[in-house]
Amino acid sequence: MKKLIIETRHLDLFYGSFQALTDINLGIEEKNITALIGPSGCGKSTLVRVFNRMNDTIEGVHTNGEVEVLGENIFGPEADLIALRQKVGMVFQRPNPFPLSVYENITFGLEIHHSRSKKEFGEMVEQSLTDVMLWNDLKDRLDRSALRLSLEQQQRLCIARVLAMKPQIILMDEPCSALDPIATLRIEELMQELKRNYSIVIVTHNMQQAARASDYTAFMYLGNLIEFGNTKSIFTKPVQKKTEEYITGRFG
Amino acid sequence: MHLRKVKEFIIERMIFLSGIMSIIIVALIFIFLLKEGLSIFWRVPISDFLFARNWYPISDPPQFGILPLILGSILVTAGAGVISIPIGIASALFIAEIAPRKTKEVLKAGIELLAAIPSVVIGFIGMVTLGPFIKDLFHLSTGLTALSGSITLAFMAMPTIVSIAEDAITAVPRQYRDAAIAMGATKWQTTWRIVAHAARPGMVAAVMLGIGRVIGETMAVMMVTGNAALIPHSILQPVRTLTATVAAEMGETVQGGEHYAALFAIGIVLFIITFLINGVADIYLHKTKK
Repeated sequence: MKKLIIETRHLDLFYGSFQALTDINLGIEEKNITALIGPSGCGKSTLVRVFNRMNDTIEGVHTNGEVEVLGENIFGPEADLIALRQKVGMVFQRPNPFPLSVYENITFGLEIHHSRSKKEFGEMVEQSLTDVMLWNDLKDRLDRSALRLSLEQQQRLCIARVLAMKPQIILMDEPCSALDPIATLRIEELMQELKRNYSIVIVTHNMQQAARASDYTAFMYLGNLIEFGNTKSIFTKPVQKKTEEYITGRFG
Repeated sequence: MHLRKVKEFIIERMIFLSGIMSIIIVALIFIFLLKEGLSIFWRVPISDFLFARNWYPISDPPQFGILPLILGSILVTAGAGVISIPIGIASALFIAEIAPRKTKEVLKAGIELLAAIPSVVIGFIGMVTLGPFIKDLFHLSTGLTALSGSITLAFMAMPTIVSIAEDAITAVPRQYRDAAIAMGATKWQTTWRIVAHAARPGMVAAVMLGIGRVIGETMAVMMVTGNAALIPHSILQPVRTLTATVAAEMGETVQGGEHYAALFAIGIVLFIITFLINGVADIYLHKTKK
């Protein structure tokens, strides 16, 4: 068995008095793609936002239980959010490049995390754009506004800007929901490339996407983790009745 | 059926009329200014009017050089800008990004209140408190100087700058902030590098509109700048602005006379300056929307 990079123990999460996650116990392995699926409102986005503590930006959120990311208790008194978010990058539902140039979108993360010289920036921009297969398209347009790219290119750029920070984990919150089917497939191909070097956790409401692209799948329902396991077995012989009903489309 | 169409037609025309009314009025004002003011240029060439160093409209022969007035306006406005722009932008950032909700509402209400104070009241306070203070601070013979004018006007520009800049900052989509925070940026890095950058066109527009208000302001400046129509050599000297000149002298002129025409010509100059400033602000506001 590979090393666990994320482990949750008895994790509860509340928005004010509303309980959004109940007793989540989950272990995610490195250099795999783990999909979180479930109907809207099941808590899958909330869960993925626990791993880089993005829920902190919402007022009135509090958690119980333990979460270890890369061996560190992220809710511990010594947790360093800035270091955590450098190691755990996030890609959002809607592509959200900064209203800056392509080049600056990537160097932003470098500037806040590494005191490297500007010379190295050039190489790192090239490297991360190459990793997401954008370099050939954009190498002559690095100074153009990122907002003028197509949605797929914007989403690739968002991935590139995360890669440039040299993270170990990439969280993706429905990264293809704003994209057309062909762009979706190409992003999935990219994920297969990336999993050689990175661990990926993807939230998706698209069951086919989870079945196609992931190694492990967690099915969530009403804030509970119903079933977690190998993607193939979840989709072919689910243990829980709820899981079976969901993947066969009886609700959701 | 027919009646309904007529009704529609009438309503449409009425709305159209109200819509273009403001444009018509502005055009009429400008035409009136030109009609009354241009005659001065038969007597004084435009270049002399703009760049001659003496404004002695009632000596014999009269001299109509508005350079000291232009410099007075520029000096007071620049000073007001230096004071109000950094404070205004900083408080807009504070209100929009940092202040807790309650503080935010109190501050916003306070700033609206500041905008509601009549300029004569601000001028009055400047005259009786700021003037003597400046006089003692710099050991001057009079405290009514360009600096006093700048400080007074900075208070009047601030509400405009803060409220428009704050709108622009608040309008920055949350997703940019989320992206920066998720990358490990601190609150300050997010605010300064991403949010302020995205809101920059709106902030420039805010500054331009604030400055526009300062240039056109009359009452408060007249009360605190000392009103000496001399070319200023320092910000601690009395100056007289374009607006104050018109307000102070219009009552003494003969309608249709040279002095009268010269004051209208000053009006034309002011009109053009504010028109340019608002134009620039408008361009930037449209940029924000895109």
